[in-house]
Amino acid sequence: MTTHELHLKRTPLYEQHRALGARLVEFGGWEMPVQYTSILAEHEAVRTHAGLFDVSHMGEFKIEGAGALTFLQALVPNDVARLVIHQALYTQFCRSNGNVIDDLLIYRLAEEQYMLVVNASNIEKDLTWVKEHAHGRNDVTITDQSDVTALLALQGPEAQAILQPLTEIDLAGIRYYYCAAGLVAGVNCLVSRTGYTGEDGFELYCAPADVGALWEKLLAVGGSRGLLPAGLGARDTLRLEAALCLYGHELDEQTNPLEAVLGWTVKLKKAADFVGREALQHVKEHGPQKRLIGLEMLERGIPRGGYTLYDNEQAIGIVTSGAPGPTVRKNIAMGYVDAAHTAVGSTIQVDIRGKRLAAQVVPLPFYKRQK
Amino acid sequence: MAKLQHPETLKYSKTDEWIRVEGNIATIGISDYAQDQLGDIVYIELPWSANEDTAHDDKFGDIESVKATSELLSPLSGKIVKVNETLRETPELINDQPYEAGWMLVVEMSNTAELANLMDAAEYEQYIQGR
Repeated sequence: MTTHELHLKRTPLYEQHRALGARLVEFGGWEMPVQYTSILAEHEAVRTHAGLFDVSHMGEFKIEGAGALTFLQALVPNDVARLVIHQALYTQFCRSNGNVIDDLLIYRLAEEQYMLVVNASNIEKDLTWVKEHAHGRNDVTITDQSDVTALLALQGPEAQAILQPLTEIDLAGIRYYYCAAGLVAGVNCLVSRTGYTGEDGFELYCAPADVGALWEKLLAVGGSRGLLPAGLGARDTLRLEAALCLYGHELDEQTNPLEAVLGWTVKLKKAADFVGREALQHVKEHGPQKRLIGLEMLERGIPRGGYTLYDNEQAIGIVTSGAPGPTVRKNIAMGYVDAAHTAVGSTIQVDIRGKRLAAQVVPLPFYKRQK
Repeated sequence: MAKLQHPETLKYSKTDEWIRVEGNIATIGISDYAQDQLGDIVYIELPWSANEDTAHDDKFGDIESVKATSELLSPLSGKIVKVNETLRETPELINDQPYEAGWMLVVEMSNTAELANLMDAAEYEQYIQGR
């Protein structure tokens, strides 16, 4: 594939990825490493030691002003008012019909300053959505900082031990879904205890000009603790085992957060009205028509996104993501089925290349780390 | 990163199989290039019961890596007389030893003229470069 012809975007770490021998693929308009050595080895490294991901392709928007809080409260189903400074939450942008435009993190960085972190594939769509809703307001400013923000994710049980010698920030003092600003290896960073792997770890936001040095320093000091660079392939198997949603798979414009079992992020009782509230209230009262389930194959085969799910002759749903689970050592999937077919323990069939193979509905997540 | 190996004693197909010819018996697997492209192989479906006929360009199985699924196409026509059972439980042998423990099928050829369609190692390496 001659990617230069496809005009794909590259993060500041493109040359580092090439130098490490990464296999590069197209993802959301970007040329990204899918693996450096082996997806299985990188996945295992994150679970047992640590992995370092370049996720600089993601989008960041700064929302500031006296109206920032009320603006965001009206735009997302989660309760932004409960954020203290340096705290983050996970939520969605929903349409008025309750369906998901994107999922995102919202950080409160200062009294009247928030940072939204959105999926790379939805940066334009989200920015348009946010700006439309700010139209006519003079109490909030929106700045797209995606091109001036680089992002690394250091994930795994050794992450804190690897990172601490490089910074004076007391990492043990940063609780899950909180952040702190400071120098890491001499680089100005926002360090947040967040991630997309099901392991402990940190995400490091910094300037594009600094991320190369930070990447190289982390790999150099982390090597002796088993740190490996890890690509999007391992990122996907890790998040699947942890049952984390991926936009375009478990979440899309035909799906609402209650169907995705994200009701814990939907605060229907919050005082502020928000886009999609009425629709989601209705779904809550009547029950979602489809619901996200976990599947473990009973017969030999690998379920993949798009495969149809059956209860004997009846088509009951679809796989949204599937893969071999390297840590759980089963072939696993997430998918949507009709509300009547969600019972844990029941056996359904996955159509794999025309053969209907048995799978069992299992509780999510497939993997939970030991604390 | 180790250079990919394509032994000169073997023949190669456009669909990245290698073929070892001994008389009218052909042993078939996938090339080092193919296993490298696939990444970690986690599943393979082969005609386990053997004793089936196959034809040039017929699908003889499916192979899956962590992220991808791919069809296996026969480079030759004939009767499948042996299938590598160990791959059922340990498909990763294909990554580690594509030419030894990773062999897939043995075919009794019905039309040895088809061998002329195959490439030698040098031609195959050129073919790979051009992709």
